[in-house]
Amino acid sequence: MSDLKYSKEHEWVRLDGDVATVGISEFAQEQLGDVVFVELPDVGKVVEQNGDAAVVESVKAASEVYAPVSGEVVDVNAALEDDPELVNRAPTGDGWFMKIRISDPSQLDGMMDEATYMDFVASQS
Amino acid sequence: MEGETFTGNRGLRIEEPLIFEQGAPGRCGVDLPEPPTVQNRLGGLERQDAIGLPGLSEPQVMRHYTRLSQKNYAIDAGFYPLGSCTMKHNPRLNEKMARLPGLADIHPLQPASTVQGALRLIDTLAHWIKTLTGMPGVAMSPAAGAHGELCGLMTARAALEARGDARKRVLVPDSAHGTNPATAAICGYAVEAIPLNDRGRVDLSALKAALDEDVAAFMLTNPNTCGLFEDEILEQARAVHDAGAFFYCDGANFNAIVGRVRPGDLGIDCMHLNLHKTFSTPHGGGGPGSGPVVLSEALAPYAPLPWVVHGEDGLELVEHAADAGDAKPYGRMKAFHGQMGMFVRALAYMMSHGADGLKQVSSDAVLNANYLLARLSDELTLAYDGPCMHEVLFDDRFLKGTGVTTLDFAKAMIDEGFHPMTMYFPLVVHGALLMEPTETESRENLDQYIDAVIDLARRAKAGNAEAFQQAPVHTPRRRLDETAAARRPVLRWKPDPVAGEAAE
Amino acid sequence: MRYLPLTETDRRDMLAAIGVPSVDSLFRDVPESVRLTDTVDLPDHQGELEVERAIGAMAAENTSAGSVPFFLGAGAYRHHVPATVDYMIQRGEFLTSYTPYQPEVSQGTLQYLFEFQTQVALVTGMDVANASMYDGATSCAEAALMARRVTKRGDVVLSGGLHPHYVETTETLLKYLEAGIDILPPDVGGDEDLVSHIGDNTACVVVQYPDLFGRVRDLQPIADACHDAGALLVVAMTEIVALGALKPPGEMGADIVAAEGRSIGNPLNFGGPYVGLFATRDKYVRQMPGRLAGETVDVDGKRGWVLTLSTREQHIRREKATSNICTNSGLCALAFTIHMSLLGEDGFRRLAMLNHAKTVQLVDKLSAAGLTVLNDGFFNEITVDLGRAAAPLVDDLAARGVLAGVPVSRLLPERPEVENLLLVAVTETVTDDDADSLVSALKEAA
Repeated sequence: MSDLKYSKEHEWVRLDGDVATVGISEFAQEQLGDVVFVELPDVGKVVEQNGDAAVVESVKAASEVYAPVSGEVVDVNAALEDDPELVNRAPTGDGWFMKIRISDPSQLDGMMDEATYMDFVASQS
Repeated sequence: MEGETFTGNRGLRIEEPLIFEQGAPGRCGVDLPEPPTVQNRLGGLERQDAIGLPGLSEPQVMRHYTRLSQKNYAIDAGFYPLGSCTMKHNPRLNEKMARLPGLADIHPLQPASTVQGALRLIDTLAHWIKTLTGMPGVAMSPAAGAHGELCGLMTARAALEARGDARKRVLVPDSAHGTNPATAAICGYAVEAIPLNDRGRVDLSALKAALDEDVAAFMLTNPNTCGLFEDEILEQARAVHDAGAFFYCDGANFNAIVGRVRPGDLGIDCMHLNLHKTFSTPHGGGGPGSGPVVLSEALAPYAPLPWVVHGEDGLELVEHAADAGDAKPYGRMKAFHGQMGMFVRALAYMMSHGADGLKQVSSDAVLNANYLLARLSDELTLAYDGPCMHEVLFDDRFLKGTGVTTLDFAKAMIDEGFHPMTMYFPLVVHGALLMEPTETESRENLDQYIDAVIDLARRAKAGNAEAFQQAPVHTPRRRLDETAAARRPVLRWKPDPVAGEAAE
Repeated sequence: MRYLPLTETDRRDMLAAIGVPSVDSLFRDVPESVRLTDTVDLPDHQGELEVERAIGAMAAENTSAGSVPFFLGAGAYRHHVPATVDYMIQRGEFLTSYTPYQPEVSQGTLQYLFEFQTQVALVTGMDVANASMYDGATSCAEAALMARRVTKRGDVVLSGGLHPHYVETTETLLKYLEAGIDILPPDVGGDEDLVSHIGDNTACVVVQYPDLFGRVRDLQPIADACHDAGALLVVAMTEIVALGALKPPGEMGADIVAAEGRSIGNPLNFGGPYVGLFATRDKYVRQMPGRLAGETVDVDGKRGWVLTLSTREQHIRREKATSNICTNSGLCALAFTIHMSLLGEDGFRRLAMLNHAKTVQLVDKLSAAGLTVLNDGFFNEITVDLGRAAAPLVDDLAARGVLAGVPVSRLLPERPEVENLLLVAVTETVTDDDADSLVSALKEAA
């Protein structure tokens, strides 16, 4: 049973204490195709929920990745620089983007659990 | 194996390495005299190390680039129905004129008395452009269409600031070419998208709702990127002007209306032209272009430097704001005066066609596109009801369930000997296929193309997806890996440090 | 009309297939009030002979550079272009092809762009170059934009040795982007203090090499000062042939080189089309504007090339693009590539030394004639102080059949300190007789 929470913009959050690890969903990576580059925020940057956080590039498109929760970026996944394919291979694992120290835990209440997210995705197509 | 050769060549199709893989020290393709012996005065900054350029003789260079040229598709060789690119025939008269020493071998900063003919040529072309568009002013210097867009938008901003009415937003249709929002951003504007209605035109009520006193300009392409004439354009212009904003028109599709409709009559305040589209200056594999911008009375005073004026002693260039009289140029777009080489070519083209010929150009361009529409819309899915203008837009509904994408379809067209149409643009329809035949295609060429496209569509629907996914099979290279190129970019040749020989 | 293949029969048959009575009915979406009833007020079509006559007459009114002693530079330098170059760029497969968006049918274009990018990186001493910009001035302006993105700072410092057109173009592109633009006065003495202008919000300093006055200076100290302050050094160049003789900016700490490449392969063309070169370091490649050709393999494992890193560009990033640029200077870049291939290492260096040596000879003649040359060091352009207004003298000499150079006041009319200064360029196309004509004309006028 997954401990992930999902946003409508296809980002996931895994909470550990007050630090949320953030990435994009399996569905999102499939839609994007081969990821060629990820532009990550600087450590220390303060992000707002639904504000710009990162950019993920495939060959033909560049998509904004929004912060699913507000807080301060405390870590980014340096492995993505040499190996952007991680996003395609392991989007909810090693393909994580950043870790945010969250400022408002209640924001997670408004997010979807995995089952709800899967229904949401199905309704989109 | 059948067809395998020792060299890897296949008849006329030659595998050609990079020049860096063919050089040898001591070879040179140019004979230059020995420099006179002098004490150099290079300020102690003489180059010490070798540059690393390969040495080749003239025959080798000739053969190398000839072989490269044989790997290119070109208008000279075949049909190029790229929507919004206007791939019409490039007359060689234009090339001959541009190479006259009196036009090619003159320096932009020669005294005006020594270049009166050049200034006269620019002035003449400006006159033709203003007459064809019905506009009082024109800025000749922008180097390409996107550069012209920037020029147009900057005059609008300059005019607004001059009347103390700086605004913050620009409205752009959903279907706009990417240069439009990129340009608006460089002008410091926020961009807001306006949706289309179900007839493929800008939704007039959405436009009116978005127009307020904070909108600086509305950027429209007309005919639009769906290949349709914006039939409510007069109402759009009224609404834009009532809001105190300016109406910019992207003139990429002027080929549909040249000689028949004047943008000045439509309420346009500024419009760029692409001399390399409508006026046949060659695409050259990606450039150079030329993007003069026609301007209304309200915007003409803000045109960028320089421009040609009729002075007391002949034609002159105004190159500085202090000499601009009442005009208030917003700045300068590039060094020197504009793409003179393209001016010569465009003028030769315009003079060759004349007023009657140019009207025939738009007539035949629109006729050809509607012919494609009429004969292809049974087999393909038309995005919007006709008539279309000079280009016709299909979407990928006809491929639904076949496993064949627009991309696959396009690659199969390559095997049939055609350059594919524009794919995936505009973004407002799914899997767009935008076809622009232009007026320089014969009816026979169009028939062959139509028959081939119908055949391909039928094959796709018959369930032959794999053949499409393998395509193209007849080209020197097939389905190049764009992902690898973007993940680990290799953007130049480098010598192999170990062997000292050329590496891949 | 010779370019229009459709016959009246064709048109009739096609209209029937479409199911409309006339072409006019295809224009029914055009509001009636704006449909022109007559053709526009311009002459009707003409044959080649008539067009040649008309345009030929305009050409004949001009004094071509090759017909008189010629010494103009100031951003555009006259060089000899080998016959092979102009022949090759007229091959239909190069001239009439489009941007290589379908790589399977444009390997010719993509391969030469890759070669071009390599040549530019090699001569500038930088890591990577793009597939060209419109010209040197817009390249310089785009470099300033890029430096702002990279450093996340807003201000730029422009040297007083930077060509005024490059200054104006950069100012214009930055006009609405809230940039602090610090433009130093013309560096007539060659001793401007750029370092003191670098601040905490400086994204880049832009210098020109050789500068407007033809001077050359070691850029390492200014590069170091920039880097210490967290800023980038942009080096603009108007004469690329200089790199055959001079240390390249890449070896002196440049972060971006924005140059005019037209000297190689392309004629003067009265100011356009030209070809902007843009080169930078590997670490900044994703911030670089313009097209890029990249190497890859195809499905059969064969080496080939594609346009790459397109996600920086306008057709994908739209308002977040690195630039709005859509076209490059394709055919002019090809001309550059072919000419550079013909020259090669030996030819390019010899061409440069020929330019420099002839300039040294002219400087010696001018000095011997009592004329004042301001430069200590130079490549192929110098500044002569005539002791009297240069512009009227240049006009006089033009009337007498000598194109003596560019008065600096043409570029900087509001600066009294440059009124007497004349920029004189000497390339391999200048003969000893030409040089003597110039020297005696200037001596006579002094």
